[in-house]
Amino acid sequence: MKKTNLDEINRNIYDIKNKDEYDFKIKKGLTPEIIEEISKQKNDPEWMKEFRLKALDVYNKLELPTWGPDISELNMDEIATYVRPKTGLSNSWEDVPEDIKNTFDKLGIPEAEKTSLAGVGAQYDSEVVYHSMKEDLIKQGVIYTDMETAVREYPELVKEHFMKCVPVHDHKFVALHGAVWSGGSFVYVPKGIKVDIPLQSYFRLNSPESGQFEHTLIIVDEGASLHFIEGCSAPKYNKVNLHAGCVELYVKDNAYLRYSTIENWSKNMLNLNTKKAIVGKNAKMDWVSGSFGSKISMLYPMSILNGEGAKTEYTGISFAGGGQNLDNGFKVVHNAKNTSSVVNAKSISKNGGKCTYRSLVRINENAKNSKSSVSCESLMLDDISISDTIPTNDIRTDEVEFSHEAKIGKISDKTIFYLMSRGLSEEDAKAMIVRGFANPIAKELPVEYAVEMNNLINLELEGAIG
Amino acid sequence: MSNNLLEIKNLHVNAEEKEILKGINLNINNGEIHVIMGPNGSGKTTTANAILNNPAYTKTNGNIIFNGEDISNLKTDEIARKGVFMSFQLPEEIPGVSVTNFLKYAKNKITGEPVKIFQFKDELKKYMEELNMNPKNMERSLNVGFSGGEKKKNEILQMLVLNPKLAILDETDSGLDVDAIKIVSKGIEMFKNENNAVLIITHNTKILHSLKVDYVHVLVNGKIVKTGTQELAKEIEENGYAQYK
Ligand SMILES: Nc1ncnc2c1ncn2[C@@H]1O[C@H](COP(=O)(O)OP(=O)(O)O)[C@@H](O)[C@H]1O
Ligand SMILES: [Mg+2]
Repeated sequence: MKKTNLDEINRNIYDIKNKDEYDFKIKKGLTPEIIEEISKQKNDPEWMKEFRLKALDVYNKLELPTWGPDISELNMDEIATYVRPKTGLSNSWEDVPEDIKNTFDKLGIPEAEKTSLAGVGAQYDSEVVYHSMKEDLIKQGVIYTDMETAVREYPELVKEHFMKCVPVHDHKFVALHGAVWSGGSFVYVPKGIKVDIPLQSYFRLNSPESGQFEHTLIIVDEGASLHFIEGCSAPKYNKVNLHAGCVELYVKDNAYLRYSTIENWSKNMLNLNTKKAIVGKNAKMDWVSGSFGSKISMLYPMSILNGEGAKTEYTGISFAGGGQNLDNGFKVVHNAKNTSSVVNAKSISKNGGKCTYRSLVRINENAKNSKSSVSCESLMLDDISISDTIPTNDIRTDEVEFSHEAKIGKISDKTIFYLMSRGLSEEDAKAMIVRGFANPIAKELPVEYAVEMNNLINLELEGAIG
Repeated sequence: MSNNLLEIKNLHVNAEEKEILKGINLNINNGEIHVIMGPNGSGKTTTANAILNNPAYTKTNGNIIFNGEDISNLKTDEIARKGVFMSFQLPEEIPGVSVTNFLKYAKNKITGEPVKIFQFKDELKKYMEELNMNPKNMERSLNVGFSGGEKKKNEILQMLVLNPKLAILDETDSGLDVDAIKIVSKGIEMFKNENNAVLIITHNTKILHSLKVDYVHVLVNGKIVKTGTQELAKEIEENGYAQYK
């Protein structure tokens, strides 16, 4: 991300709308014919086409969730699920069309690639338009490519892992994803290889009345380590856009994976995303997540601690403004001895925005001597905003340490007066309190993203004071 | 131009519809240290809040002139930028904002100029040594988990860094042991010069043992009932406020 000065940021960066130009846009709706057409357009192998059609069947059989935010406004007959940009995949920014390159430039991607990343993938609408990784990682056998290339070139690895961690039956939008997925990144880090500098994939949805369904599949083999960063944004349109991506992470024995996300979808986006990790013996999976955008978000990353001594940490923040309903949280299943999970979730709501922390901690009978500690804190900036905590704790053995702490607070007038007496305007005072609240999360983000998050907070607070 | 820094004229203040201040008059000149004493609930903190125009308090009559300008209706931050500082009886906690960052930010807002980092750090180090503060606290969140004494010292540190024209110290001495009170007095002496003034608000007289002041006002039930010199404080120390009720 581009390092921006706190004062010079504006929403325009995210709101750049390019003309809705594409090479191919599937007609709206969801029928077997449409799925077959997508499959044909994408040059799928036969097994993938079959997979898509089966997923569509599952989609049609599953019901919408009966809990959480109301998503009845989503009408799949109004969504084009596949939009191929007017360019192919390249590994040089020079070859990316001007307007698309400009968008990523403004988002700071090529710049970050030069200074702080080991590899970059950039998706525009349904396809990845740029992918590249440093030479030395290629030499070490690290694979980082778009998902389509992976299906073609590493069919065995893909078949073994694709939608095995997140099976299509998980819920309706996973089934949808299985039917129409396109784009995303594939990463394989071979045994014992430590990738010290992060890889980053950025997902940009430009096309109106469409959806983005990228599939990210990461395998960190035994004893290897990786930091993967995911960013996403879209300009705002009047009609609903849909994001139903899927992230599958395999953290093998003794491996380490850190998955950081800054999500800044526009406020007409329904973000129904699914992320899951399977964590092996003595391996560790860390999630860091900043959720700012979307009209509605239902996102509950999940760690399944399958190996003895597996660990996971979730550090996340959601920021909901007026008209936003962010239903986010974390799920963890302790499925082996001596496993541990730590959750630090925060949310901020203002101008009538709603944040819900919805979580699951399940400690199975076989997970003796495990630990789980959950802390969630929310801050409401006014009286019309809403914050809620809906934890489910399913603890099936006595031999565990479990703690859950929830705090809901408001910015007090006294605190604002205190800060104003030190020369801060009311706006500055609120921003300082919010930044301070978010700081423990910001510290977990890569530094450029921490700056980015502060910028987003400032943006969100602008004009918030009446 | 007169030497007058603060002039409060016939100030009436309500809190939640109830009249708390019932006609306060007060004049403070540059170079002076004033003390407002009074029993609990007499309106001392209200006076300080009214000067900084805390919206929780409503002025129903009178005005406040600072440096020749009526500041009665300015916003708190504007008043602060004109040079009024208040050390809080109960300083607020700001999680996630370090003392250093807070001070840097506030100094920038008060002076309107970029803060010169090295100079700022040197200055901070010097003040902290004088105030016998633990340097480790500088990287901690502002006031979070600070002891009562640490919070009060931190207020004095802020006063020194922000260098206002008028420093109002609301019960900065209360709850402190003798040594800590001496350190607070030392901070006030470091701050004080011919071109600024201090208004000490307290319900006891201990701090006056280690600090020379120019005027003592006795505030009872929302009114200043007597004004005198350091002698008056001694008298109150002996006889209490009973005679003024
Ligand atoms: N914000 C407020 N709302 C209602 N009553 C208040 C408020 N602040 C102070 N008061 C009342 O005003 C009176 C004076 O309070 P205060 O100025 O804090 O006294 P002191 O500082 O002299 O102890 C008390 O009776 C107190 O309860
Ligand atoms: Mg008081």
